[in-house]
Amino acid sequence: MSDLTDLYQEVILDHNRRPRNFRVLERATHHAEGYNPLCGDRLALFLEVDGDVIADVGFQGSGCAISKASASLMTDCVKGAPIADARVLFERFHRMVTTPPDQAVEDLGKLSVLAGVREFPVRVKCASLAWHTLKAALDRHEKTTTE
Amino acid sequence: MTPVAARASRFDVARVRADFPILGERVHGKPLVYLDSANTSQKPQSVIDAMNSYYRHTNANIHRATHLLSERATALYEGARAKAMAFINAPDAPSIVFTKGTTDGINLVAQSYGRSTLKPGDEVLISWLEHHSNIVPWQLVCEQTGATLRVAPINEVGEIDVEAYTAMLSSRTKIVALGHVSNALGTINPVREMTAQARAAGAVVLIDGAQAIPHLSVDVQALDCDFYAFSSHKMFGPTGVGVLYGRRSLLEEMPPYQGGGDMIASVTFEKTCYNAVPYKFEAGTPNIGGVAGFGAAIDYLTAIDREAALAHEDEVLEYATAGVRRLAGARIVGEASRKTAVLSFVLDGVHPHDAGTILDAEGVAVRTGQHCAQPVMDRYGITATIRASLAIYNTRDDIDALLRGLARVKEVFD
Repeated sequence: MSDLTDLYQEVILDHNRRPRNFRVLERATHHAEGYNPLCGDRLALFLEVDGDVIADVGFQGSGCAISKASASLMTDCVKGAPIADARVLFERFHRMVTTPPDQAVEDLGKLSVLAGVREFPVRVKCASLAWHTLKAALDRHEKTTTE
Repeated sequence: MTPVAARASRFDVARVRADFPILGERVHGKPLVYLDSANTSQKPQSVIDAMNSYYRHTNANIHRATHLLSERATALYEGARAKAMAFINAPDAPSIVFTKGTTDGINLVAQSYGRSTLKPGDEVLISWLEHHSNIVPWQLVCEQTGATLRVAPINEVGEIDVEAYTAMLSSRTKIVALGHVSNALGTINPVREMTAQARAAGAVVLIDGAQAIPHLSVDVQALDCDFYAFSSHKMFGPTGVGVLYGRRSLLEEMPPYQGGGDMIASVTFEKTCYNAVPYKFEAGTPNIGGVAGFGAAIDYLTAIDREAALAHEDEVLEYATAGVRRLAGARIVGEASRKTAVLSFVLDGVHPHDAGTILDAEGVAVRTGQHCAQPVMDRYGITATIRASLAIYNTRDDIDALLRGLARVKEVFD
């Protein structure tokens, strides 16, 4: 196993302590709930979609540091983004966290702090939960799980 | 010296540890500290050898062939049944049904006994402490039969509210299913008294013994329960094997659970006659190699001083409880007056899953999550706990390693 500091980087601990966009959107147009039955993590995601753009995004829920930080970072990245771009980012993020640790991955800017999760296979689902929930919200599936 | 300490001092834990080769493993470059025995226990060399020897010298199908190997395999398999019978003081061998494990045994009772007897208006009574495997099989059979599932509440420290339980028993209660020891909190339930009350109300009683069997001496006749289910893998045997003890008269009346070979006396397309118990419930080729290992696990437990072993575990649990209680921001979940081998707790501001990853990096294996007992977590308004669980091979050194790991967790998260 690589050093724990690869997983629990300062950025992740910060987003865990002070999650961004941690709120319910009163005027949400899209909503989905994510659930990870392995650890009981729950996440509710709210989107306010204006035309083809995610004008605002918020989330609520309880979870481990990885899932909370991942959700927080995700909301930062997709807020104001065209839906099509968010979908592409989902694919790129998914590829990053599922690529074997001995292979190089694309630089995803601040999302790259989560690349360390590849060293901890049981934690990949924690990092992915928010993104799967985003996809479900955009696809208008009300509930999703990481199973 | 207190009586418990005196008993514990009779127990030679170093010698026991030497029997379990895996305890010499290193994980992530650190010595393995295994505190997840409620999940599955480790196996002594004698169990590993018995399985190896079975496949090397004995392997054949049972009850089917005239050749020598089949005779040996059958003797080994039936020999293990006799050992299981003695181990839980069952009255006879046919009351011992081999299963895949506790879950399989509970499903057998739900689908055979429950499905053939329950009617709309009948009630199945369980407790709030149950593992999912003692909840879901009853939900399924209630859905199939129109019976109602009722749940006896627990109090703040994690004990079944026996008064409420008593009040819930009535002539409508047909089946009572209770865990002997809670996997999530370690509570030892007063199953003997609760069984007597349930039987007096006319109910049939199943005890889920999965977490009790590695720690407590179980006597099914003294408990006077109708069914007692447990798993080999929690008591130092292999996975995929378990026992369902059943009261003989009930087993005789119950319809088969699964159809197949070995469970029949004769088969024609018009009519099939079932084999006698326990074979009626053992369709198909069973896990013979696993049963060989299970027999060795019973021998292992029978040979040790179990009273001293339990006293030793109690002492380590007490040490762990005191250590975790001293940690700032830690809260123990489940503080029943009678507990065994399980310490469940949460840390302020740290999700159990993160703690589990950091402890693992330190070589300490614990379970984190809801422990297949979501209602228990809901009862305390939490989503998960960190659970350190003990077996006879754990020591105070293991707990010291846990406490050092928890200090590391706080370092990362503070």
